[in-house]
Amino acid sequence: MSSAKDQLAIEMVNVEKTFGQQRVLKGINLPVAKGETTVIVGGSGQGKSVILKHMLGLMKPSSGEVRVFGRDLARMKKQELYEVRKDYGVLFQNVALFDSMTVFDNVALPLRERTKKSQAEIARIVEEKLALMALEGAAGKYPAQISGGMQKRVGLARALALEPKIVFFDEPTTGLDVHKSNEIYRLFHATQQQLKYTAVIVSHDVPKIFKLADSVALMAGGEIQGCMSPEDFQRSDNPLIRQFVEVTMGPIYTNDKEEAVSRETV
Amino acid sequence: MTFATPFKKLGDQSLFFFEAVGRAGIFLLVCLISMLKPPYKLHPIIRQLYFIGSRSGFVILFTGLFTGMVLGLQGYYPLAKFGSEGLLGSAVALSLIRELGPVLTALMVIGRAGSAICAGIGIMRNSEQIDALECMAIDPIKYLLAPKFVASILSLPLLTFIFDIIGIIGGFLVGVALFGVNQGTYFQGMYSSVQWIDIEMGIVKSLVFGLLIVWIASAKGYFLHLERSGGFGAEGVSRTTTDAVVISSVSVLIWDYLITALMI
Ligand SMILES: Nc1ncnc2c1ncn2[C@@H]1O[C@H](COP(=O)(O)OP(=O)(O)OP(=O)(O)O)[C@@H](O)[C@H]1O
Ligand SMILES: [Mg+2]
Repeated sequence: MSSAKDQLAIEMVNVEKTFGQQRVLKGINLPVAKGETTVIVGGSGQGKSVILKHMLGLMKPSSGEVRVFGRDLARMKKQELYEVRKDYGVLFQNVALFDSMTVFDNVALPLRERTKKSQAEIARIVEEKLALMALEGAAGKYPAQISGGMQKRVGLARALALEPKIVFFDEPTTGLDVHKSNEIYRLFHATQQQLKYTAVIVSHDVPKIFKLADSVALMAGGEIQGCMSPEDFQRSDNPLIRQFVEVTMGPIYTNDKEEAVSRETV
Repeated sequence: MTFATPFKKLGDQSLFFFEAVGRAGIFLLVCLISMLKPPYKLHPIIRQLYFIGSRSGFVILFTGLFTGMVLGLQGYYPLAKFGSEGLLGSAVALSLIRELGPVLTALMVIGRAGSAICAGIGIMRNSEQIDALECMAIDPIKYLLAPKFVASILSLPLLTFIFDIIGIIGGFLVGVALFGVNQGTYFQGMYSSVQWIDIEMGIVKSLVFGLLIVWIASAKGYFLHLERSGGFGAEGVSRTTTDAVVISSVSVLIWDYLITALMI
């Protein structure tokens, strides 16, 4: 039991959140295993981003606990919270780039503020991260001067700049073309292999995102409807999950052979 | 709508008010502590000094000059009536150093820098840029606000000093060059009547005003999302910025009175 707990990077326990009259989270229980990728899916406005903000410590639960490496975020001092966040890499849904800084400075900021690296070394890392996201020409531009998809990629470059231990991506590929989003998935796969980070990804990109996922959680009706492997998810009897799978992936797969074929083509 | 409704409303409003004041008080302490805590980064402070201090220079020169000239004009006639135009220098200098210098400089800086600080921070709050900083484990208070606090507290006395000097020159232009008051008496009167306590009062005032301005502007912007009206979007930012300007102007005048009463 305790060894299973040790394997958890993040654990949400009975988290409830109300905004005024609106109960958005009605008792969320969500384990995020170390070194694995957990994908949260669900309809718009169901509270996926709110879950992420709880994990980041930006929102406090109305009740319940959010534990990161076994410790409750709500009971931490500000300084301890910053210690925890030093391992984080975050992409917000609206990206939240620093709009009066260039793309280069956006990616360089965490390196400048958090490390003692020299300017030359920082420049090298930034160039490398930008190249990874196919953004070489954009370094000198301001966020307002680049496209929405490019902003997403700058946000990703910024989130990965310090080689985080846990990454949180809120809709990383929304607004990207198919080719770019495939590239991004390939990149996630490669960096995850290399850095072994824990990932929490919110995405509407079903079923493609399932290829990356070690476990999938459906957010519906203020609750997590099962958190399981993508295969189990697609075969689940839970009516809400079934409904979600049918709507997003077409009629449910009937046998393993068919499934293998359609999983290759996606 | 019952009999109690207006009282409930009043109660809610006062609760909200005291909550905001308490929050701003704690915020001030946190800002001052993080301002004094190492590491110190010089570059952001210099940038803010340039923004708050140096770029206010022209406005300060302009208002200082005209304030001094008006003082010369207003002071000359009543003094000349009693044949004591020799006191013009000291009248101009004392009113500038003790009152008008610090107060008018502060009002100018509120208009130029206070509003800009509030709007800038407010927009960063609105577009989750402050949250983004938090998530990168960069303390927004240390990173964004501490340099502004240092720069504002340093700038105000310096700008006030410039205002006073240029104002005295303005008074000189009107009194000596226009009305022909003796140049020697203009400055002699000034030397003999301005005491250290007057200068001290000017410095204390400008330091306090510098702190007040940056405190109110940043607190308003930083807590934009907690505004009673919600602080949403462009309108939220503009309303909050207006509030910040009004509140800091009024506070400057109130504190001006308090400091004068305490030090006189
Ligand atoms: N700060 C807030 N104040 C009040 N209500 C909020 C706040 N943040 C979120 N909500 C509410 O919580 C609900 C869930 O919002 P959330 O942003 O988590 O949705 P989502 O699942 O991320 O949707 P999408 O896929 O469209 O991004 C919404 O109904 C929203 O109105
Ligand atoms: Mg969302």
